[in-house]
Amino acid sequence: MSEKFRLDKGGLINRNKKLSFKFNGKKYSGFEGDTLASALIANGVHLVGRSFKYHRPRGFFGAGVDEPYAIVQMNRNNEVDPNVRATEQELFEGLEAKSVNCWPNVDFDIGAINNFLGKFFPAGFYYKTFMWPKSFWYKVYEPIIRKAAGFGEASIKHDKEKYEHKYEYCDLLITGSGPSGLASAYAAAQNGAKVILAEDKSRFGGSLLTSEVTIGNQSGKEWAEKIISELKLMPNVIVKNRSQVFGYYDHNMLVMSERVSDHLPKTEKYIPKQRLWYIRAKEVIISSGSIERPLVFGNNDTPGVMLSSAAKEYLKIYGVLVGKKPLVFTNNDSGYETAIEFKKNGIDPIVLDTRKSPNSEIIKEAKDLNINIKFSYVVVAAKGYKKVKSADIAKISDDKKNVSNIENIGCDCICVSGFWTPTIHLASQSGNKTKFKDEIDAFIPSQSKQKETTLGSANGIFTLEETLKTSFEKGSELSKQITNKENKIAVPTVVEKKSSNHDKFWCVPLPEGKNYKRFLDFQNDVAVSDIQLALREGYRSIEHVKRYTTLGMATDQGRTSNLNGLQLVSDIENKVVPQVGHTTFRPPYSPVSIGAIVGREIGKHSKPTRKSPMHYWHEKNNAVFVDAGVWLRPRYYKQGNENLFEASKREAKNVRQNVGVCDVTTLGKIDIKGPDSAEFLNRVYTNAWLKLPVGKARYGVMLREDGIVMDDGTTTRISENHYHMTTTTAQAANVLSHLEYYLQLVWPELNVNVVSSTEQWAGAAIAGPKSRDVLQKLFPDLDLSNEGLPFMGYMEGNLFGVNAKIYRISFSGELAYEVNVESDNGNYMWEKIMEIGKDFNIQPYGTEALSTLRIEMGHVAGSELDGRTIPYDNSLDGLVSKKKDFIGKRSLSKAAYVASDRQKIVGVIPLDKKTSIPEGSYIVKDAKAKLPNPKLGHISASCWSVEYDNPFSLAIIKDGRNMIGQKLFAMSPLKNKTIPVQIVSSHYVDPKGERVRS
Amino acid sequence: MLHIKCPHCGLRSQNEFSYGGDATVKRPELNKEISDQDWDNFVYLRKSPRGKHLELWQHISGCRQWIKVERDTLTHEIFKTLKANEEV
Ligand SMILES: [Zn+2]
Repeated sequence: MSEKFRLDKGGLINRNKKLSFKFNGKKYSGFEGDTLASALIANGVHLVGRSFKYHRPRGFFGAGVDEPYAIVQMNRNNEVDPNVRATEQELFEGLEAKSVNCWPNVDFDIGAINNFLGKFFPAGFYYKTFMWPKSFWYKVYEPIIRKAAGFGEASIKHDKEKYEHKYEYCDLLITGSGPSGLASAYAAAQNGAKVILAEDKSRFGGSLLTSEVTIGNQSGKEWAEKIISELKLMPNVIVKNRSQVFGYYDHNMLVMSERVSDHLPKTEKYIPKQRLWYIRAKEVIISSGSIERPLVFGNNDTPGVMLSSAAKEYLKIYGVLVGKKPLVFTNNDSGYETAIEFKKNGIDPIVLDTRKSPNSEIIKEAKDLNINIKFSYVVVAAKGYKKVKSADIAKISDDKKNVSNIENIGCDCICVSGFWTPTIHLASQSGNKTKFKDEIDAFIPSQSKQKETTLGSANGIFTLEETLKTSFEKGSELSKQITNKENKIAVPTVVEKKSSNHDKFWCVPLPEGKNYKRFLDFQNDVAVSDIQLALREGYRSIEHVKRYTTLGMATDQGRTSNLNGLQLVSDIENKVVPQVGHTTFRPPYSPVSIGAIVGREIGKHSKPTRKSPMHYWHEKNNAVFVDAGVWLRPRYYKQGNENLFEASKREAKNVRQNVGVCDVTTLGKIDIKGPDSAEFLNRVYTNAWLKLPVGKARYGVMLREDGIVMDDGTTTRISENHYHMTTTTAQAANVLSHLEYYLQLVWPELNVNVVSSTEQWAGAAIAGPKSRDVLQKLFPDLDLSNEGLPFMGYMEGNLFGVNAKIYRISFSGELAYEVNVESDNGNYMWEKIMEIGKDFNIQPYGTEALSTLRIEMGHVAGSELDGRTIPYDNSLDGLVSKKKDFIGKRSLSKAAYVASDRQKIVGVIPLDKKTSIPEGSYIVKDAKAKLPNPKLGHISASCWSVEYDNPFSLAIIKDGRNMIGQKLFAMSPLKNKTIPVQIVSSHYVDPKGERVRS
Repeated sequence: MLHIKCPHCGLRSQNEFSYGGDATVKRPELNKEISDQDWDNFVYLRKSPRGKHLELWQHISGCRQWIKVERDTLTHEIFKTLKANEEV
C-alpha cells in the first residue's frame, strides 16, 4: 500500500531511508523519523483500537504523550511491550505492533455491542450493575469484563531486555526543550551552571518546530537548532532527548526515564532498552509546555477528530495529511495555524470559529489566503463510524446556549482547538499550590514548595516574546545564585502572528431531540452524561466524581480531559472552577516500564545474594540451598534420590551418633572493644557479664525496651577489653544498630567500640560425640580434653598453618565446637575438616538437620524469638538477672508478663507418634468446640526427632507450665488437619544438658 | 527522596539512612525507680507532630553514626542536622 497521505516534500523525516513495518499483521512503509502514528496516518490507517468501555472505534487524537487512543502492543526482540503510544513510538525497520482492547479484531469487535447497550454502562457501572447475585461476579461478569476491557497484554515471560540506573547531580534541571527550556538552559549555561536539559521527544525545540515565528533573523526552528548545537558543545551541559522527567520527589529529587533503544531494531550489541536517571537538582525549571484542549461535541471520539496542533505536527514534522477535506473547529487563533498549513499544502480547509468577530494578524492572513472561515459556528456532531465522513455544523447563539441552521457538510477530519492547558504535573507533584487562571481557563503553578520554577506556556504564558524574555531572565537569575557569574544575554526580537486570546467556550449544546454522546475522557469513555448522572446521584467532591466516573483516571492522567470535566462540574454546580478544585497529580507523569524501575537488579532479590566462602564446596557436593535473609545456606546435601526429609534425618542422626559439620559463616559477628565492654554487655544482656573470665564464652539474651526478646547468641571474652559477639543470621544488622544506638546516644560515657566482623570470619560448627576426636587431629598441639577446653571455653590454634579460633559452644546439644578462620581460609578449613573427619564418618549437615537438632533439644530460635515473646515464655528464666538492671528489664514486671497463666514453651508429640504437626497449627482443648475455637497457642517449630524416631514439635501455649502431660489437639485449618497431641517438656532430648559438657 | 546532611559525611540521599524516631525521648536512667506510667510513656508513647520534629536517623550505609535531624513532618524541610551529642 502506498503512502497516499504523505506529501511529496516537507517535514523533518529522512526521505532517503524508507522503512517497512507491520501493523495488525499487514505490511506498510514509512520513513526514518516517523512515529508509528505518523507512518500509519501516511498510509491512511486511522482505525487503531477500540475504546475501553463501549469499544467504539479509536483513531489518533494527538501526536505525542497526550495521546489517549492510539495505544498498541509492540513486539520487539521477541519481547512484547504492552500499552505503547503509537504517537511516541518511533518507527524502525521491521517494527511489529498490533491493536489492543479489541476482540476478535479491530474491524469487527464484539465488545462494540456495549455501545448499543450503553444504558447498562452508566457512570459507576462496575459498582451497580454487577452487584447481584454475588456469585455471578466471579464466575460470569468478571471474566467477561476482563476479556473485553483492559489494554495490552503483559508478558508472563522473564523480560530479557536490559535496563540501567544512573545517578546525577546538577545545578539546574530543565524539563522540556521548547522556547522556555532552550532560553533558560542557554542563559544558565552561559553563567557556568551545570545544566541538564531533558526533552521527552526525539527532536529538540518543542513548539518552535511547528510554529511560524521569527526569532532575531531566524525562523523558530533554526533558532532552536542553533541553541541546541551550542548547548551540546558546552562541557557543563547535558542534553538528553527521548528522556522524560516523570516524577518530582522530595528535596528536588527527580526521576527521568531515557528511552535508550526503544526506537531501534534488535542488535547484537549491548544497548540497554531504557535508563532511569535519579537527578538531584539544586533548581528545577519546568518548561513542559502545554497541551491543546479538545472542544466537546457529539461523537467527538470518532476517528478523524483530533487536536488541531496534532494535525499541524503531522504536517510540519512528518509531511503527512491527517485528511484531505479538513474541518478546523476552534475557539482561538491556534486553529488558524493548522488551517494555513493545510492551505499551503494545497488542501482547502473550512474553519469554524466559535467567536463572533475575532481579529488578529493570523486571521487576516487566513482571510488573505481565501480560507473559508465561519464565525459563530460550531460542530454539533461528527458523522461516520470508523472514520469521520461528514459533520453537522450549526450557528451558535451569542449566549452560546442554542444552535441553529444545522447543516451537514462533508469532511474527512475535524481538527479541534479549545485553547491550551499548561502541563503542570511536575509542579503539582513537587507540592506546588496551583491556582486557576481565569484568562486561560486553566490551572498554573503558583506557590512553590520546592526549588522549582515553571516557565513559558506551562506557566500560562502563551506569547513567545514574553516566554523568551522571562525564560532568559529566570535561567540567568537562578544560575547566578549558584555560580555567582553573570553573562548578560540580549533577548532577540520576536515576530508572532497569533494572539493569545480565546473564547471561553468548550462544550457544544445538544440540539433539540438529539442525544449524541459527547466525550470528555477519551481513554476511559467518560461522557458528559456520565458526569451529569454522577452529580444527580449526589456526588459532589471532584475526587469522588473522578473515582465514580473514572474521569481522568486512565493512563493519560486526563491530560486532555481534566479541565473540560472540571468545567462541566462547575457549570452544573454553578460554581467557578477554582472552587471545584482539581485532583492531585501523582508520579509517574506517563507510564514507566517495571524493567526500568528494577534496572539491573533483576532476579529474586533487588539485593546481592550473599554466599559463604565454602559455597562452591557445598554446590559441588549436591547441596540444596535455602534463602536465609540475603544469604544462601545449604538446606541439605542430597545423596542419591533422597528427599529433604530423608536427607535431613540422615544428617541429624549422624550428628547424634558420629560427627557432623555445618557452615555457620552467616551468623552475625560483632567485634567489641574498649575498657567498658563488660559493663556495656552487662546492660545489653539480661544475664550477668561482669565476671566472665578471659577465654570464656557465655550465652546471652538481649531484649528490646518493651521486654520482648530481640536476639540471642554467645559472646566470648577474647582478652581483657576485647569481646566477640555472635548474633542470629537474621538479626545481625539490627543488633549492630541497637548497640550503636545505646553507645552513641544513651551511654556515650562508655568507652566501647563495636564493629561488624560477620564477613571477616568463616565458621564451621563441628558437632557430635566424635567432634573432639576430629578437632584433636585438626589441632594436635592443643589440649582439647574436657579440662583443657571445657564447655563454653575458647582457644586459639593453628590449623595447618592458618590461624583459627575455637569456641566450645553447641546449638545441636551435642559435644560441639565452632571453628572460625579468616574468610579467605574458609574453604581450606572446610576441606581439612572433611578430610580429617572422614575417619570418624563426618558428614556435612544443612539448616534442616540443624533445626531438627535444636528443636528436639528445646533450644529456641527465630520461630520462638518471633518478636512476641519475653524470656520467661522461652523458659529462659535462669538468664534473667534479678540483681542488675538491663535494657528492657523494667518491662518484665508488667502485669501481663508475670500473669500466672502466661504463655510458655512446651514440647508437643502426636498421640499416634506418626503424624507430623504442621508449623503454625493452633493448639486447642476441644477439637469440636464451636467456632471461634479458643486458641491456647501455636506450634512454632516441628521436626522428626532422630533420637526417638517420631515427630516432635515446639509450641508456645497459654499456661504452658501447667499443661505438661495434658492431651490437647493441634489444628491446622490450612492443611485441614486435626491431630490429637500430648504436651511434654520442651527439652525432649538430654534434658539435663550432659552431652554438651561431656 | 530526602537529602540529609550527615554532620560527619555531608549531604547524602535518604536511602543511606535509617529512621530512628523521636530524638527528644530520654531513656530513664538505669537502676532508678520509675512508675509504671512513666515507663510506659517512655516505651510506647510518642508524639506525632505536624510540623517541626527533632528525630534520630542513623547513617547506616555511611559512617554508621546516629544523628539528629530537625525536620518538618509536613513539608519534609530539614532545618538542621546535629551530631548525637549536640543539642538544638
Ligand atoms: Zn555519615
